[in-house]
Amino acid sequence: MAISRRAIVLAAGAVLLALVPPVAGLLNQPFYVDLFRRMMIFAIAALSLDLILGYGGMVSFGHAAYLGIGAYAVGIFAFYGVDNGFLQWSVAIAASAAAALVIGVISIRTSGVYFIMITLAFTQMLYYLGISLETYGGDNGMPLKTRSQFAGLVDLRNPSAFYYVVLALLLLFLLLGRRLVDARFGMVIRSARSNEPRARAIGFAPFRYKLAAFVLAGGACGLAGALLANQTEYLTPDFMHWTRSGEIMFMVILGGMRTLFGPVLGAVVLLGLEDVLSALTEHWQIILGPFLVVVVLFAKRGLFGLVSRDG
Amino acid sequence: MLLVLEQGLNGLQYGVMLFLMAAGLTLVFGIMNLVNLAHGSLYMVGAYLATAFARWTGSFVLGALLALPATLLVGVVVEVIALRTLYERDHLDQVLATFGLILFFNELVAIVWGRAAIYTSLPPSLSGSFVLLPGLRYPTYRALVILVGVAAAVFLYVLVTSTRLGMLIRAGASNRTMVAALGVNIRRLYTLVFGLGAALAGLAGLMAGPIYAVQPGMGEQILIQVFVVIIIGGIGSIRGAVAGAMVVGMVDTLGRAFLRPTLSTIVSPAAADKAGPALASMLIYLMMAAVLFFRPQGLFPTRGR
Repeated sequence: MAISRRAIVLAAGAVLLALVPPVAGLLNQPFYVDLFRRMMIFAIAALSLDLILGYGGMVSFGHAAYLGIGAYAVGIFAFYGVDNGFLQWSVAIAASAAAALVIGVISIRTSGVYFIMITLAFTQMLYYLGISLETYGGDNGMPLKTRSQFAGLVDLRNPSAFYYVVLALLLLFLLLGRRLVDARFGMVIRSARSNEPRARAIGFAPFRYKLAAFVLAGGACGLAGALLANQTEYLTPDFMHWTRSGEIMFMVILGGMRTLFGPVLGAVVLLGLEDVLSALTEHWQIILGPFLVVVVLFAKRGLFGLVSRDG
Repeated sequence: MLLVLEQGLNGLQYGVMLFLMAAGLTLVFGIMNLVNLAHGSLYMVGAYLATAFARWTGSFVLGALLALPATLLVGVVVEVIALRTLYERDHLDQVLATFGLILFFNELVAIVWGRAAIYTSLPPSLSGSFVLLPGLRYPTYRALVILVGVAAAVFLYVLVTSTRLGMLIRAGASNRTMVAALGVNIRRLYTLVFGLGAALAGLAGLMAGPIYAVQPGMGEQILIQVFVVIIIGGIGSIRGAVAGAMVVGMVDTLGRAFLRPTLSTIVSPAAADKAGPALASMLIYLMMAAVLFFRPQGLFPTRGR
């Protein structure tokens, strides 16, 4: 019963998202295609963070690093005139996963508050690296010359086509994520979160599983970064700014940790809220900040926790 | 050689400011088990209040003297309103809630004082330089920062090791429940410690005003480096904070000053121009990674945590 309820919510969400481009076309508001595409890109990032934050219990405050690496992979290839999307996106995923491997090997050896600070510090390091890359625009960033090309298969310059590519990827990641956390692999990282010594005692090596999850999440977020570079057609080191990591983390909590679908909801609501608030006042963060505090203090289960109580 | 000495003093000056920040952060973590990202906001508030008070009174020193208790007050208010409920929560909640506070403070400051950087002017008696060694003049103000910072460190040391409050702080750090059970008003102790940390951050901030730009978000730039200090030194340890702050202050300052010239003797000057600044800004993080690789608990780990 509970599972079917979750499935209904999921299917309804997918249908609603699929309806955005035609409805926006009818209302003659193409801006909304752009906004919802952006939401779904961040949803992929938040989803990947949920794997390690929610299921793995690794509070990574550096998830924006992979967003930046993925974006720079696309941007740097485009800078040298290589616009093959298959190549760009694979490198975006591979490079992010490699960075996650290095960061993970060092940080997963620690835990708790150390882990938070270390992931944050490494992301800040990459942010400064981005700033010092003068060839690629330094702290101003650089425009993306062309969106990724897929040999005539899809044309990302078409807003709707790009939209459905992102939607398809999001659904794919939701499905894969669900399979992953329900599989033996997912059970091991969940057991490591709730009681690591016990997980070790029954014969697992949690470190390797946690590291693998960390790398998978990094790679997935790298793809989100590649999408984001195509979305904004501009990339700056700000993709890796630490506030971005905080935002992605908040999407996970707002939507509901350890639900996979929750972070998607969180991304939609947070970016929607930012859009509404920033239209109201230039100083919208003065509302967002206390809102964040209130959500953390009083609504820990997140929005998805309100919709479906089977988490 | 004199240049190295001068940059070494700059490194010491930066290390002293890092220490003032790290001491507050590490005390609050050690005793209340609270990860306070908003610690950088208190630094920013200190810098802004000092600048505002200095303009209002027309005296830099008076402004600084007023800003210190004012920042302490802001810290206490924040603790009572928002942070008190967070002590029993997990680190994730603390990080997110204090992240929310950062957004709030940065925006509040932008509303009151604008987004553009503001600058403090020093009184003539402090803005000059003096002869430190034959052939070496050093800015008076930076020397003063070093002296004040060292004095604050000594004050903190005496406070923690040989006063009643310090005894309670140490007891609270090793076993909170027991201290409460022995009849100590633990909530008041928490507020006091938090206020102390806020005042130290405010002191660092108000001294930073005339050296660096005072602008929204200034707190987070230093905060993340303070994290590196604490990771290297070991969380919850004042001794670690001293060692970490000195190491980070020196490495960062000397790296920025000498890495490019040194590199240009090894590789081509053009390559050094490119790699030098990038490497210099990443240096402390690479050092952090190296320390962690060999000593995951930092250089001076506290026991039982």
